[in-house]
Amino acid sequence: MNTKTTLVADNVSLRYGSKGSGVTAIENISLDVNEGEFVTIVGPSGCGKSSFLSMVAGFVPVSGGRITLDGKPLSGPGSDRGVVFQEHALFPWMSVRQNIAFGPRVNKVPAREIEKRVDELLELIGLTRFRDSWPKELSGGMKQRVAIARALANRPKMLLMDEPFAALDAQTRRFLQDELLRIWQTTKTTILFITHGIDESVLLADRVVVMTARPGRIKTIIPVPLPRPRDENTPEFTRVRKQVSDALLSELKMV
Amino acid sequence: MRDMIIRTLSLLAFLATWWLLALVNASVQWVPAVMIPTPPQVLEAGWDIRELVPGDIAISLMRVFEGFLIAAVLGVLLGCLSGSSRFAENIIDPVLEVLRPIPPLAFLPIFIIWFGLGEASKVLMIAFSAFFIIYVNTYQGVRYADPLLMRAALSLGASKRQAFFGIGLPSAMPEIFTGLRLGIGMAFFVLVAAELIAADSGMGFRIQEARWQFRVDRMFFGAALIGMIGFILFAVLKFAESKLLAWKPRREAH
Repeated sequence: MNTKTTLVADNVSLRYGSKGSGVTAIENISLDVNEGEFVTIVGPSGCGKSSFLSMVAGFVPVSGGRITLDGKPLSGPGSDRGVVFQEHALFPWMSVRQNIAFGPRVNKVPAREIEKRVDELLELIGLTRFRDSWPKELSGGMKQRVAIARALANRPKMLLMDEPFAALDAQTRRFLQDELLRIWQTTKTTILFITHGIDESVLLADRVVVMTARPGRIKTIIPVPLPRPRDENTPEFTRVRKQVSDALLSELKMV
Repeated sequence: MRDMIIRTLSLLAFLATWWLLALVNASVQWVPAVMIPTPPQVLEAGWDIRELVPGDIAISLMRVFEGFLIAAVLGVLLGCLSGSSRFAENIIDPVLEVLRPIPPLAFLPIFIIWFGLGEASKVLMIAFSAFFIIYVNTYQGVRYADPLLMRAALSLGASKRQAFFGIGLPSAMPEIFTGLRLGIGMAFFVLVAAELIAADSGMGFRIQEARWQFRVDRMFFGAALIGMIGFILFAVLKFAESKLLAWKPRREAH
């Protein structure tokens, strides 16, 4: 088992507005993520879980503490972290192929290598047939699969996913969860996944991070020692789900 | 399809009403018959000056294109600048906001004094008028380019420049195109006004000339000609837009 730490968040906090009168969105989050690990973060809405992801992605600077990836402090967004957003965020004037190729292209990867990666990723997400389609011609689930492929095209160290399946219908979501697990097992990319779905968090993760209500802190981290593929109807699954929901529920009562 | 039929019928009904009105007026003589020519009379008037028409169209279109080109280049350039940089916005925007509400035609006499009665004053007048609408639309489009797409581009390793030219600018294309379309409309609008006042050729001038000759039928013809040319120009632009922006999800029909 590989247990090399890749992402380290050390005492990270986020404040909006000026000192004194500002709002603290996130307070003293410390989290280590291991290489190849799948970590989900759940929390009440407004707890700052998406803001935390934005800081890891480099969109929002930390107000305190620091985040390092493989020992290097983060400064701004970079191609070592692929981001998948809640909305697919595909470039609408680019074909599926061009969308996936965008990352390697701006990173000056040779054209041959780009073609190879695009083909591999299209194969991986099962959308080879749609390589020349426009995003508007795809269903919601297909768009999100392309978004995942696009984020993977840079061969990032981490995949950061901000409630990527929240806008999809239940069946599509279920399908994409399985797809994501399959992709994760194939590529072995470390994944940090934000969600408000308890089932989703337990189904996917090696560890579930439960956050407190505002200001966001880590309430507890629950390991999910269940073999994959997981079945939501087993007693073991139910036990972990209850652990997560109890932790969340006590948080909701305090508000 | 059904829309097209209704639209065509509406147009035909309009023509018929005009024709009927002209015929009734010719027999009852509310006003002298020459004041309201029938559609065939207007066509005939056009036929009479048929040697002049191509030249008029050419010179007018030339003025529109020259003016429009200047406006488009400046408008898109400055719009991009102030849409993408707060510093540029603070410098460019206030000046333009002050000038914008002034009807461009108010500047026409000034332009004539500055640039004379030749081509320059008309072309620059057109450029000046069309500029604002192109600038504003570009500025808005670039300024409010989908921040999510910009984030996506940055997270994929794009530099700020790459994100702007690769993502910000293309995502503003629909707005820029709207600006260009409105800009052409504006250019046409001002063209005629400029030619009415200071010209010795062009479609607008031909109307003015007909007025001196008291040829209402020719005035009608001139107006119809400008309408036709404008219509064709818009159709071409619309077509180009639909090709270039084919990626855009179509808005739901209401």
